[in-house]
Amino acid sequence: MDTRYQKRKLINGISTVLSGLAVCIGLLGLIWILATLFIKGVPAMNWAFFTESTPAPGSEGGGMANAIVGSLLIVGLTTIVSTPIGILAGIYLAEFGDRSKVAGITRFVTDIMLSAPSIVIGLFVYALFVATTKHFSGWSGSVALALIAVPVVVRTTDNMLKLVPGSLREAAFALGMPRWRVSLDVCLRAVKGGVITGVLLAIARITGETAPLLFTALNNQFFTWNMNEPMANLPVTIFNFAMSPYENWQDLAWGASALIAILVLMLNIFARIAFREKTQS
Amino acid sequence: MSENMIEIKEDVQAAMQRQAEKSAKFLRQDKIFAAITLSFATLVLLVLFGILVSLVVQAWPAFEEFGLSFFYSTTWSPTDGQFGAGIAVWGTLVTSLIALAVGVPISFGIAMFLTESCPVWLRRPLGTAIELLAGVPSIIYGFWGLFIFAPIIQEYVQPWMIRWLGEPFFAGPPLGLGIFTAGLVLALMIIPFIASVMRDVFETVPGVLKESAYGIGCTRWEVVKNIVLPYTRVGVIGGVMLGLGRALGETMAVTFVIGNANRFSLNLFAPGNSIASTLANEFAEADPMLHIPALFGLGLILFIITFVVLAVSEWLIKQGAKKAGGH
Repeated sequence: MDTRYQKRKLINGISTVLSGLAVCIGLLGLIWILATLFIKGVPAMNWAFFTESTPAPGSEGGGMANAIVGSLLIVGLTTIVSTPIGILAGIYLAEFGDRSKVAGITRFVTDIMLSAPSIVIGLFVYALFVATTKHFSGWSGSVALALIAVPVVVRTTDNMLKLVPGSLREAAFALGMPRWRVSLDVCLRAVKGGVITGVLLAIARITGETAPLLFTALNNQFFTWNMNEPMANLPVTIFNFAMSPYENWQDLAWGASALIAILVLMLNIFARIAFREKTQS
Repeated sequence: MSENMIEIKEDVQAAMQRQAEKSAKFLRQDKIFAAITLSFATLVLLVLFGILVSLVVQAWPAFEEFGLSFFYSTTWSPTDGQFGAGIAVWGTLVTSLIALAVGVPISFGIAMFLTESCPVWLRRPLGTAIELLAGVPSIIYGFWGLFIFAPIIQEYVQPWMIRWLGEPFFAGPPLGLGIFTAGLVLALMIIPFIASVMRDVFETVPGVLKESAYGIGCTRWEVVKNIVLPYTRVGVIGGVMLGLGRALGETMAVTFVIGNANRFSLNLFAPGNSIASTLANEFAEADPMLHIPALFGLGLILFIITFVVLAVSEWLIKQGAKKAGGH
C-alpha cells in the first residue's frame, strides 16, 4: 500500500519535472534565437546598413537600404490592399452570411489558407502573373503576400464581430439605420481594437515571409522605387546572403534578420496590447 | 379646422412618402453592400480553386512525360531531364515526422505546465513567450539553424547517436546538416502552434470534473492522464495535425539545414531534400521545358497533402470545441 502510494507520487513528480523541462526547452529556444540575433545582428546595424545598397559580390561594406525600401513598399502595398478586402469579407461572414453554407465553406477554406504552405502561394502567383507578364516584379510579390495576409484579417474580423452583442445591433436597427451602416459604424467600431490586432498580426506574418517572394519579387541588387521590376526585399536578401561565402554578406544578413525580428516581435506585442485594452474596457 | 386637418394629412403623407423612399434607398444600399462583402468572401474560395487549377495546368507536361512514376520515382536529375517526386516526398514526410516525434511531447509538457502546475501570475507571461516563438519568421529559424544549431548537433549529438544507435538510420559521418537536423528545427517551430492549441483545449475541461478527481485523491498526473486527456482527445489530435500541416509546408527553415541533396537514403544524418526546399532552391534557375512543370508537380503534391492534413485538423478541432460547448 505504502509503496504503491510512493510510486504514484514518484510518477507525478517525474511528470511535473518533465513538463517544467518542456517549458524550459521552449523558452531556451526563444532566448537562444533572440540572443544570437542580438549578438550577431545588432553590431551589423550601423549607418551604412540603413543608407547604402547591397554590395556586389566580393566588395566591402554596403548596406541594406534597397532591401529595406523594397520590403516597406511591398509590405505597405499589401497592407493597404488586404485590409479592406479582409475586413469586408469578415463582415460578410459575421453579419450577412453567418450560418449560411457559403459562409461555412468560406470559414473552412480561410482556416486552411491560414496554414497553407506559403511556397505554393508563390507558385500560384508565379503562374498567374510572372509567367504571363514574363518578368518578376514587386507587384507580384505584393499579390502573393496579400493572399497570405487576407485570411488572417478575415478570421480576426469574423471572430471579433461575433463578440458584438445582438442588442447593440437591434438598438441601431430600431433607430432606422440601414444594415450597412450598422455593420460599419456600430459593429465594426465596437471591435476596432480587435480588428487592428488582426491587421497588425497580418503585417507581422508577412514581414518575414520569404518563400512566396522567391519566385515573385525575386531580388534586385540595385535601389529601385519601381514596383514593375524585380525588387530587393529583406527576407530574400537574407536568404541569398546567408547562403553566400562572403563574410560581409553574412553579417548584413544577420543585421537584416535582427531588424525583421525586432519589427515582428514589436508588432506582436503591440497587437496584444491593443487587444487587451479593448477587451478590458 | 378642416383645412388644418388636410394640411396635417398631407404632411403625414409626404413624410411617409419620404420614409418609403428612404427605406427603399437603404434597402438598395444594403443589397449593394451585402453583394460587395459576399464577393470578397468568395474571393478566398476562388483563390483556393485557382491554386489547384493553376498547379495542375502548369504541372501537366511533367505528368504527361513521366506518367504515374512521377509520384514515386526517386530519380531527380535536372541535367538528364529525369524527374520523380520520391526523394522530395520522402524528405518532407520524414522531417515532419521527426518534428512531430520531438515536438508533440514537448508541446504536451508545456500545455500541461501552463494549465495545471503553473502559478496563475506566471501563466500569462509564459504563454506570451511561447506564442512569440510562433511569431519569429521561419527564415530566422533557418539562418540560426544553419550557423548555430547545426554545428552543435554535429559536434555533440550526432557522434554520440552514431556510436550508440548506428545503422541504418543514424550512420556517419556527422555532417550537421541533413534530414535529422531539419526535423529538429521544424520541431522547435511547430511547438508553439501545437502547445497553444493543446492549452486552449485543456482549458475547456470543466473544473468540476478535475476537482472531483482531485477530491478522490488523484495526483496531478493522474488527473491529466485520466480526465484531461480523454476529455480533450479530439482537440489534441487536431492540434497535432495542425502542427503536421505546418511542418509539411515549411520552406525556409528546412531549406537552410536539410543539405539539399537529391539522393535517396534511409540514413537520417544524410543530406536530403523536401518538396519545399527543392522548390526554393531550383525554381528560379529551372528550365521551362520540363524542370518547371516537374517543380509545379511537386507543389501540387505538397498542396494536396497539406490540404488533407489541415482539413482533418480543422474538423477535429471544431469537434473538440463543439464538445466543450455542449457541456
